[in-house]
Amino acid sequence: MSSTGSTRTPDFTIIGHRRSKVDAWPKVTGRANYADDLPFAHLLYARLLRSPHAHARIRAIDATRALAVPGVTAVISGADLPVPYGILPVSQDEHGLAVDKVRFVGDPVAAIAAEDEETADHAMGLIVVDYDVLTACMTVDEALSATGDPIHANGKANNVHKRVALEFGAVEAAFEAAAHVREDLFFYGGSNHLALEEHAAVAEYSPDGRLTLWSSTQTPHYVQRALAKALQLPERRVRVVASVIGGGFGGKTEALPHEVAAARLAMITGRPVKCRLSREEVFYSHRGRHPMHVQLRAAARVDGTLTGLHVRTVLDGGAYGSYGVASTYYSGALPPATYRLPAYRFEGARVFTNKPPCGPKRGHGTPQPRFGLEVLLDKLAEDLGLDPLAIRLKNLVAEDSVTVNHLRVTSCGLRACLERVADASGFLDKHRRLPRGEGVGLAASCYLSGAALPIYWNGLPHTTVHIQADRTGTVHVACGATDIGQGSDSVLASLVAEVLGLDLVDIQLDTADTALAAVDLGSYSSRVTFMMGNAALRAAENLREQVLCAVGRELHLPTHRLILHSGQVALRDERSPIMSWPDALQLTQASGAVLAASGTYAPPPLAGPYKGAGVGPSPAYSYSACVVHVNVDAETGQVVPSEVWLAHDGGRALNPTQVEGQIEGGVYMGLGEALWEEQSFRGPLHAGPTALDYKTPTALDMPIVHCLLVETDDREGPFGAKEVGQGPLLPVPPAVANAVYDAVGVRVDEVPITPDKVLRALDRQARGQPARHGPRRFPDIAYPPLTVVEPPAGAPQL
Amino acid sequence: MLHLPSFRYLAPRSLSEAVGLLAELGAEAQLLAGGTDLLPLLKRGQLSPRYLVALAGVPELSGIRTAAEATVRDGSGLTLGALTSIAELTRQPVLRRHFPVIGHAASLIATPTLRSMGTLGGNLCLDTRCTYVNRSPLWREAAGDCLKCTGDVCRVAPGDDRCWAAVSSDLAPAMIALDAQIRIAGPRGERVIPAEALYRDDGLSHLTLSAGEIVVDVQLLRPTGVCASYMKLRPRASFDFPSLGVAVALRMAKDECENARVVVGAVASRPLRIAEAEVILTGHVPTAERLSAAADAVHRAIRPMDNVDLPPGYRRQVARVFTERALQHALRQVPARAGANGALTPGRQN
Repeated sequence: MSSTGSTRTPDFTIIGHRRSKVDAWPKVTGRANYADDLPFAHLLYARLLRSPHAHARIRAIDATRALAVPGVTAVISGADLPVPYGILPVSQDEHGLAVDKVRFVGDPVAAIAAEDEETADHAMGLIVVDYDVLTACMTVDEALSATGDPIHANGKANNVHKRVALEFGAVEAAFEAAAHVREDLFFYGGSNHLALEEHAAVAEYSPDGRLTLWSSTQTPHYVQRALAKALQLPERRVRVVASVIGGGFGGKTEALPHEVAAARLAMITGRPVKCRLSREEVFYSHRGRHPMHVQLRAAARVDGTLTGLHVRTVLDGGAYGSYGVASTYYSGALPPATYRLPAYRFEGARVFTNKPPCGPKRGHGTPQPRFGLEVLLDKLAEDLGLDPLAIRLKNLVAEDSVTVNHLRVTSCGLRACLERVADASGFLDKHRRLPRGEGVGLAASCYLSGAALPIYWNGLPHTTVHIQADRTGTVHVACGATDIGQGSDSVLASLVAEVLGLDLVDIQLDTADTALAAVDLGSYSSRVTFMMGNAALRAAENLREQVLCAVGRELHLPTHRLILHSGQVALRDERSPIMSWPDALQLTQASGAVLAASGTYAPPPLAGPYKGAGVGPSPAYSYSACVVHVNVDAETGQVVPSEVWLAHDGGRALNPTQVEGQIEGGVYMGLGEALWEEQSFRGPLHAGPTALDYKTPTALDMPIVHCLLVETDDREGPFGAKEVGQGPLLPVPPAVANAVYDAVGVRVDEVPITPDKVLRALDRQARGQPARHGPRRFPDIAYPPLTVVEPPAGAPQL
Repeated sequence: MLHLPSFRYLAPRSLSEAVGLLAELGAEAQLLAGGTDLLPLLKRGQLSPRYLVALAGVPELSGIRTAAEATVRDGSGLTLGALTSIAELTRQPVLRRHFPVIGHAASLIATPTLRSMGTLGGNLCLDTRCTYVNRSPLWREAAGDCLKCTGDVCRVAPGDDRCWAAVSSDLAPAMIALDAQIRIAGPRGERVIPAEALYRDDGLSHLTLSAGEIVVDVQLLRPTGVCASYMKLRPRASFDFPSLGVAVALRMAKDECENARVVVGAVASRPLRIAEAEVILTGHVPTAERLSAAADAVHRAIRPMDNVDLPPGYRRQVARVFTERALQHALRQVPARAGANGALTPGRQN
């Protein structure tokens, strides 16, 4: 893996420099305690009994025989958890255990606690559930045309969960006046996150009525809220601690049944209860990428200038709401933040099906329309005789601009991303010029640096950082932010250490614990570096100010002449040390200060004036561009990605090594979705809920990745930083599809691009038919009447 | 987390003791070699033997021997003990030199970790696999159990009264193509059979071993003019079982193919020798037209089921491509020569 970083600002001692993560040693030496490793005395083990039916009414549950097994301490069912919860206020449709109905194969029906897992497993088989089996809807089409029992009784007709229709600018006029209109259908297969760590949680309930849950969760704060609701406890008596986490990617971003059931069992038994999921159960817990039908229509001038875009999406939601309403909005939120669009229409819908619930996998609702849009641009460029780079450069969103759908864009390095990636890969020399069987594809994208609005409406900060120092010089930093492997602990320590002139080892972190730290909303929407980072800067600057004031007073020096550097208070000009950091702290404390400081962050008000405007706004957007080189075997249809170049504008790279790690991870996951991975079903059953059957790429499938860092200095980001956790995945699948076309001249307008699909398209090509594999029809869905929204002042115009 | 069921672990110290235990315990016992196939089956409740007879301590099953030590039909071959690890097969210099196709097929099996534990005998005796059976109890309950477990219908072909689970060994097609001999020990003594005869086309019971029989070793004759190749189709570059395996071996005499073997794995419950393809090649100069015709014959002869990775129609199409490529690849190799350069060094190799 190679990388090209920009020049470092010499004034930083930590920021911008390559460093190990602060948790690298415990992880590589096996000392990190994941939730499943935590030691507890008198621990009980819980298992979840799961439905073998995709859709059924529960007539009765008889646990008599299970309870008679020696070692079994409790069995609970939906009756023990009657209060519904859900991550979104509008989707309170989940129970820890099914109440009345099961909605997919794997839906938890009962939970059992026993002295050991084997006993729990054995006794679970003795629980008798009497089901009244209902017709299952396994596809969007089946759900939309179902005449039987709706999946959710209080849902809309035909199992439709959510419908959206928004229009910005004069869309019809744009299409009527267009020199060229291109329309295409796409399908994006669903996928699981496949975090290496399977979910696990341990719950403990104290005799005085306090519940603690240790869990592999990305969002302890939201789990706290959901547990309090589901268990009817005051929030202040629920503590959630995120343990060391082996990857999340959106699969651990809300309260999940095993957490709720373990908590209830702990309350009933008075003993700590652990519930850990098998790999198969992780596929049932899911919350992964929505399978999505995408219909796109673009209007352009002959020179390739886009004048209008119409996006239609249908999301196959699975059995529960989860983040689905937000996912639906996200499927239409970001195209105008990548390309300049004077007119934009978005119609989206989410449909319930009898499958594990989909949710917010990395990129949340945006990779699917992104795939379609970037492939469509490739086709449009060809129609108009332009190259794929030129058509993108012609339509770039402008820096410091506002989009037609009311998104505020600040820094934007997309032009540099495209130019760097095209240059490094030799794209223009290779495109349409390589021998048959080899090809290159280009795509671009953008993503949020944190959602500007919280999930539940409130005026509170999105994050708070408390810093406390003591006379030894140690600095304690507390924040509810959760390191899920993405490196947020390292970012937090780095920012504070940079401001206070300390080494990372001098920073002690208390994070991811609702009892020890103030609220941070969690590790989702790529918000942590930007939001926690800003709060950390404010807190650290506050503490620095206190210390420098005290030292300045003592030494009769103006504060502006003092800096903190290398564990010393120093004179700014000469950099000569004048007092050690511990001495300075003691002096400050003796002067009456408490050696504590706090900082908070809430994004500026950014939502536009329409319903649904809460999804899409972000204080800053990251930008990415990708070139993939593939080799396609024209006789077998096998696609081998041989080299990937990915340029990413994540603002300033706080630690280039961490940024590259996220880019490589995003490329890996994007390639997996592009070529191999699919959460697919055989009838009502997950086609292969194992790590063998679910085809995440292996090390041998991974090509060389060139990471190119495009460092804008975002004025609102901490030291200019933006996001890198999700954005780099987005351009990868369309770049692969475009490369396949370049290699063998066939369009596969759906992912994963498996070899059988390529071969079918090649067969059609050989027979002189349209060389395409992809959807031929769009689901028959009735969108609501359009809500016409006036574009903001300064939005792009025709 | 999946748990192993309870069983008694028996550790015989000799082949005769192992055979005796197997004969005595009958269907209640399963053989344990590397365990990479068996243990997942136990954890998923596909098998629930009362006894595991561990072969690790049986000395007769270990080692790679050249002709001087082994009892080989014509005294000029190589004998591979059934407990030889798959990783060892990929490394053995003598194997790489004389039977490179074996090391190549071995290198395509599973992952490095599994190759370290998995054995030659285990891979040859690998249970047949099917998307409806290699699943958890919950999944099988939800699907409705099938013939291969406790059900009475094949979920892949519900109209058929047989099990279609696919043979998934990568070594078996290559061994059959090379006319390897399998030595088997049993209650009634030893017998040696061609590798091909180890299998029958029945997903429930695809091995022809009788009660109490154990595969002891595999005997390969020194090649004279034989060039071979194996191609494996799978979704990913590692880990996956074959969706298709094509092994070919051609014995060339000057420009003419004296004898041809074309064997296809993972498309039936046994490795299939494609006689129609072999006839096209045998006794002829292997021209491009003949290779293509042989590949067409394979395409016509096989009928993959929808029970392993990748769709059956696709696998059938690729079988044609892979057969042609495997034949081309085999022909590109310099045939191993008999005599000084090809002589096998006597003595134990590991």
